[in-house]
Amino acid sequence: MTTVQQPATRSADDIRGDFPILSRLVHGKPLVYLDSTASSQKPVAVIEAMSQYYETTHANVHRGVYEISEEATAKMERARVKVARFINARQSKQVIFTRNTTESINLVAYSWGYANIKAGDLIVLTGMEHHSNLVPWQMLAQRAGARLEFVPVTDDGLLQLDVYEQLLQQQPRLVAFTHMSNVLGTVNPAQEMIAQAHAAGALVLLDAAQSVPHMPVDVQALDVDFLCFSAHKMLGPTGIGVLYGKRDLLEAMPPFMGGGDMIRTVGLRESTWNDLPWKFEAGTPAIAEAIGLGAAVDYLNAIGMENARQHEQNITAYAMEQVQQVPGLIIYGPGAARRGGVISFTLGDIHPHDLASILDQEVGVAIRAGHHCAQPLMERFGLAATARASFYVYTITDDVDMLVKGLHKALEIFKL
Amino acid sequence: MSMDYREYILDHYRNPRNYGTLAHPNAHAEDSNPLCGDQLAIDLLIEEDLVKEVRFQGRGCAISQAAASMLSEMIEGKSVEEVVQLGKDDVLDSLGIPISPARTKCAFLSLRVLHRSLALAGLEKPIDNDEEDQ
Ligand SMILES: Cc1ncc(COP(=O)(O)O)c(C=O)c1O
Repeated sequence: MTTVQQPATRSADDIRGDFPILSRLVHGKPLVYLDSTASSQKPVAVIEAMSQYYETTHANVHRGVYEISEEATAKMERARVKVARFINARQSKQVIFTRNTTESINLVAYSWGYANIKAGDLIVLTGMEHHSNLVPWQMLAQRAGARLEFVPVTDDGLLQLDVYEQLLQQQPRLVAFTHMSNVLGTVNPAQEMIAQAHAAGALVLLDAAQSVPHMPVDVQALDVDFLCFSAHKMLGPTGIGVLYGKRDLLEAMPPFMGGGDMIRTVGLRESTWNDLPWKFEAGTPAIAEAIGLGAAVDYLNAIGMENARQHEQNITAYAMEQVQQVPGLIIYGPGAARRGGVISFTLGDIHPHDLASILDQEVGVAIRAGHHCAQPLMERFGLAATARASFYVYTITDDVDMLVKGLHKALEIFKL
Repeated sequence: MSMDYREYILDHYRNPRNYGTLAHPNAHAEDSNPLCGDQLAIDLLIEEDLVKEVRFQGRGCAISQAAASMLSEMIEGKSVEEVVQLGKDDVLDSLGIPISPARTKCAFLSLRVLHRSLALAGLEKPIDNDEEDQ
């Protein structure tokens, strides 16, 4: 994967044509979608892969002996192989389909966590985690009597790595952190942090919900133990996510949920477990969604993840430059070079919800406002809420210009 | 639906009436909007079945804070019986602008806290906490 040549660059203008929703109107104005961090839009290729599956191939997978069931199974398993290659997993059986990042993290917390975390054990997290990479560990810690410690966040929105090193000296069992903050946009130095954790004897779970969609991610190069992400943030459908894990870890872990598909043999009082990955996929899976995810991976590969990252860095640098000129606007987080395509900001005494309403109504710009499921991080910055604009492969400078226009409109309405 | 931030709404947002706390309230409640983090607390001093004094404290958007400020003006000096009757329409009337569906929770946060404070003080039946379908 490291040797993959990037495809020729396609312009974002061209890419936009593949996204039907980007040509709709809101309040009579063209939609300007700046909330891809919450969920991305979908290209025709993904939508059609799913509808074509329903129109031609749908049947339950794994159990049927008839033609369309076999076809459905093959399509779903092909999607798994695509995902495995996309993140450079050694084997596709290391790719477990879940509902989303949240479920992937919970799977590890319940299955690996309850088997391995004992009273007094330490789990290291950071002060910039999404609630989904915080609450499952709180629940585990409470039940097991384990301790949680947090790597603090600097004023620039970076992790305080000297504190991280100190925490590692306390020999944590697990370190779980986000590859990229969904609020500050900070891209954390995952490779170094993982190597340091391993040297201290800890396993690492990486919340890749914001990195896999936006930059090349290679699980072997990172040497990460668990990696979690969601299809809906990477041009794919809702309802499907991925847990990648190192094989020996996954093999040793007990199942998370019991039911059909995850078993080898079932007796009245006891059962034996199926092989990977199905041991962790109880019940009928999200078949069409897996196929849609496979199509999203194909689509992203055709763009090239280096190209995607480059485009987002360019648009982010442009956006930071432009919005900074709006009087009273404060951006949180690091400079453009150290962040992904996310900008959290406040504007004067205008509450982010009011700002989001005004942007929506006045210029058709969709941004997010609130605590972004990261309340401890907001408190760290003394904020109740921020406004957040985020970018993807289909974002163009016109989108940013419309955002800026809307911000000026908000200043006018609030008489600032 | 276009919400329009009229001048009086901004005025209530920036210069909230009855802002603060009471030293000896005999009714109090607070709540937050879990989705957006808006917070609101209300203190009431009730004497002889009248709302003698009201104070509120909170943080949040212009809609939620202006609605709280207007509601505090509305209930001051009113009988408990009248205050118990206040509903969503009264809040919408005083705001006087259309509120988009995503923002109704902001508009009604103070109303919910007000009724809860009366319920906790035993002055009205506890309201069902389930949000009504809109
Ligand atoms: C960094 C991060 N982690 C986890 C999640 C949770 O993703 P999901 O809601 O798809 O489970 C998100 C989504 O916003 C996120 O940004």
